[in-house]
Amino acid sequence: MSLLEIQGVSKRFGGLQALNRVSLHVSEGEILGLIGPNGAGKTTLFNVINGVYRPEEGRVIFRGQDITGRPPYEIARLGIARAHQIVRPLNELTVLENVMVGACFGRENRSLREAREIALAVLEQVGLAGKRDVEAARLNVAEKKRLELARALAARPYLILLDEVLAGLNPTEVATMLEVIRAIRASGITVLMIEHLMHAVMNVSDRIVVLDYGEVIAEGIPQEIAHHPRVIEAYLGDPRLSQSLLEAQGG
Amino acid sequence: MSMWRSISWWFTLIVLLGAGLWPIASGSATGREDMFLILMLVTLASSLNILLGYTGYVNFGHIVFFGLGGYIGFYLMHRQGWSLGPAMIAGGLATAALALVLGTIILRLRGAYFALATIGINEAVRAFVANFEPFGGATGMSLNFAVYQAYGGAAQALWIAYGVLLAVTLLTVGISFAVKHSKFGLGLMAIREDEDAALVLGVRGPRAKTLAYALSALFPGMVGVLFFFKNGNIEPGDAFRLHLSIETLVMVMLGGQGTVWGPILGAALYERLRGYLLTSPLFKSLHLAFAGMLLLLIILFVPAGVIGWLRARFPAIRRVIP
Amino acid sequence: MVSPGVWIASLIDGLLLGFVYGLAAMGLTLIWGVMRVINLAHGPIIALGMFGVYLLFAYGGVHPYLGLFAVALLGLLVGILIYAIAVHRVLTAPHLSTLLATFSINMMIIGTGTALFTTTPRNIDISLGRLVLGPVVLLGTRLLAALAAVLIAAGLYVFLYRTTLGKMVRAVASNRAAAELMGIPSARVLAFSFGLGTMLAAVAGGLIATFFPFTILSGGAYELKSFVICVLGGLGNPTGALLGGLILGALEGLIPIVLPVSWVPVIEFLLFVLLLLLRPQGLLGER
Repeated sequence: MSLLEIQGVSKRFGGLQALNRVSLHVSEGEILGLIGPNGAGKTTLFNVINGVYRPEEGRVIFRGQDITGRPPYEIARLGIARAHQIVRPLNELTVLENVMVGACFGRENRSLREAREIALAVLEQVGLAGKRDVEAARLNVAEKKRLELARALAARPYLILLDEVLAGLNPTEVATMLEVIRAIRASGITVLMIEHLMHAVMNVSDRIVVLDYGEVIAEGIPQEIAHHPRVIEAYLGDPRLSQSLLEAQGG
Repeated sequence: MSMWRSISWWFTLIVLLGAGLWPIASGSATGREDMFLILMLVTLASSLNILLGYTGYVNFGHIVFFGLGGYIGFYLMHRQGWSLGPAMIAGGLATAALALVLGTIILRLRGAYFALATIGINEAVRAFVANFEPFGGATGMSLNFAVYQAYGGAAQALWIAYGVLLAVTLLTVGISFAVKHSKFGLGLMAIREDEDAALVLGVRGPRAKTLAYALSALFPGMVGVLFFFKNGNIEPGDAFRLHLSIETLVMVMLGGQGTVWGPILGAALYERLRGYLLTSPLFKSLHLAFAGMLLLLIILFVPAGVIGWLRARFPAIRRVIP
Repeated sequence: MVSPGVWIASLIDGLLLGFVYGLAAMGLTLIWGVMRVINLAHGPIIALGMFGVYLLFAYGGVHPYLGLFAVALLGLLVGILIYAIAVHRVLTAPHLSTLLATFSINMMIIGTGTALFTTTPRNIDISLGRLVLGPVVLLGTRLLAALAAVLIAAGLYVFLYRTTLGKMVRAVASNRAAAELMGIPSARVLAFSFGLGTMLAAVAGGLIATFFPFTILSGGAYELKSFVICVLGGLGNPTGALLGGLILGALEGLIPIVLPVSWVPVIEFLLFVLLLLLRPQGLLGER
């Protein structure tokens, strides 16, 4: 069953067509990877899904409900949470308070006391329990990434949008994070993730959708995508990406 | 409510009640006048802090609610024969309702644009009231001395106004405490830190901001009625003094924005300091310049204010001083 | 029925004033455009410009229009000083910090100024005659002030678009980090820009002093007008400020014909708030 259905969504900024009739679906319980070169429109698509941008065309259907153009806070309460690519900690609040915000205002709309319990559990899950009373601004980058994830998880969403949560992490941290992502899915949360780290996304995703210049150019299981001619073509322009594609094909 | 089980709330309540009851116990009229001013400023600063300190919206026009509430209450007492209590409640509710309407419109603006809009609103309202004949236009209104007879004479009326102010101050600080420790307050602080991120986390930004604005407008509206009742007359220049608005900001900064005790301490310190400067022959004519220098030093070197600095330095006191 | 002559005379009167208002607002909008700071010491700087011209004239015998040059230089230096002391350190802090830092300067100037000059109104007693064109009577001082404002505005434009330093100012305004990478000393350019903004305000004050009486507190009213003008012309846009000044001047000239003069500020400030709300493209575009 489709949890999220994106139907012909277009979004432009001035002369730039950021998204051009993008259609895709996310099935309940899967991990769907969203890849593509820089500027392909991946983050823009996330912004359309969770209501930061209103698309000019097309619809976003979540659990059978049309959520196109609804404000972000309503969409959050319907059960979509998001971890940002550029971390956005609430700097002067403690780590615990940051995560409590997610629990308080997310899908389950918990009271302050319940939120605290949930936040403590989630912090344990992502390995930040020891830092709960530290101001979020004082965390290092890897910890801020985990905080971003913890906040999204605390909302107990149906669908979580992960925007490059692996970027900037060292190999050990990547491995840990992949375990966390699998655990998230195992707990019943559907995952839609943008990722540049090809071998990691190939490794963890059930299915992959490729965007280029705002259009879906390929869709399929990881093995198909790694050898898809249009994907290879799109990635050849970028040496770093083609290298990682080669690695992924080899692995 | 859980705040009644909190040490820091009891500490706050006892300190405020002790300071507030002292003039009543000693029967000192000058003590009462001093304390009236301090409690009034504590109320203005604490209510401003709900929007400024918790929500992060810089409001230069907080005083518009003080002035407008004062005018509405004064009008009801002067022209409609209402007594102080109902007039005060009406003044507060009217300003809160106005803020509710105004807030849905102007809280779409962020940062410096919102700050500018609040200046514009204060000036527009001041200019409008100066032209509004039912409120006495540019000359304002004066209470007939006979009005105070209903309260047992002018002297007795001043004590009554003081007692009511003390209650309003306790209510304001209590609400400030409750908000800070509530889910609503957590949402406001999330907005303060990063409004867009807060929206994505599910905080109903527009509604939360507007409620915070209305709540912060309720108390100055009530205090305005008390102040101008005590004063006996009201005119546009006194009611919408932009300068007092900004001084209130200074108090919040001085004590520490975003904390419950910051505005209390800031208001008391600022008022004592101003009183000292005004009476000291050395600083008398330069008190404003001196206050400006103090403000600059705080902004440059202690941006978290006294309470913020103390709480960062000695985390243990967080349990007592909210 | 009001005769057309009155309308024309009031309009021209208002427009002449509008040029000077626009000049003052240019100072405010320039600082905002370059560093996103609203200078709350703007009003007192205008008042200092008034007093500068007045003191030079009354005690030094310097002709007011000559005194303006000295006031311009002083305005620049005072601005650089304010930037160095109060603004630079808090430039990257939240808005409240720069607002209150510049407001603290406001308090210092007003406090010291009140102590030194009291609040007795002063005026500069000069006359440049008048020009009579049918129903329109133009005071020489106002005509010259408007002319000076136009020349200074043109000078600012040439400076910003034709000189190296001006181009540096614009570079720092559009992207400070990139400008630094290009080797532009951004801190010095910012200090200079702030000085330029206060210079414009001080000169505008000096011009106003040649035809209106004033006190140290008079700047406050012009500061509020500058806010309105900046928003009319688009915050951060110096050419827009001149246009905004003309619009405000015209309103101030024409409204009193149909309404009591005390309604002018009501209309001005309502317009101000409405513009802030209804011109979101330039105004909400900060994030």
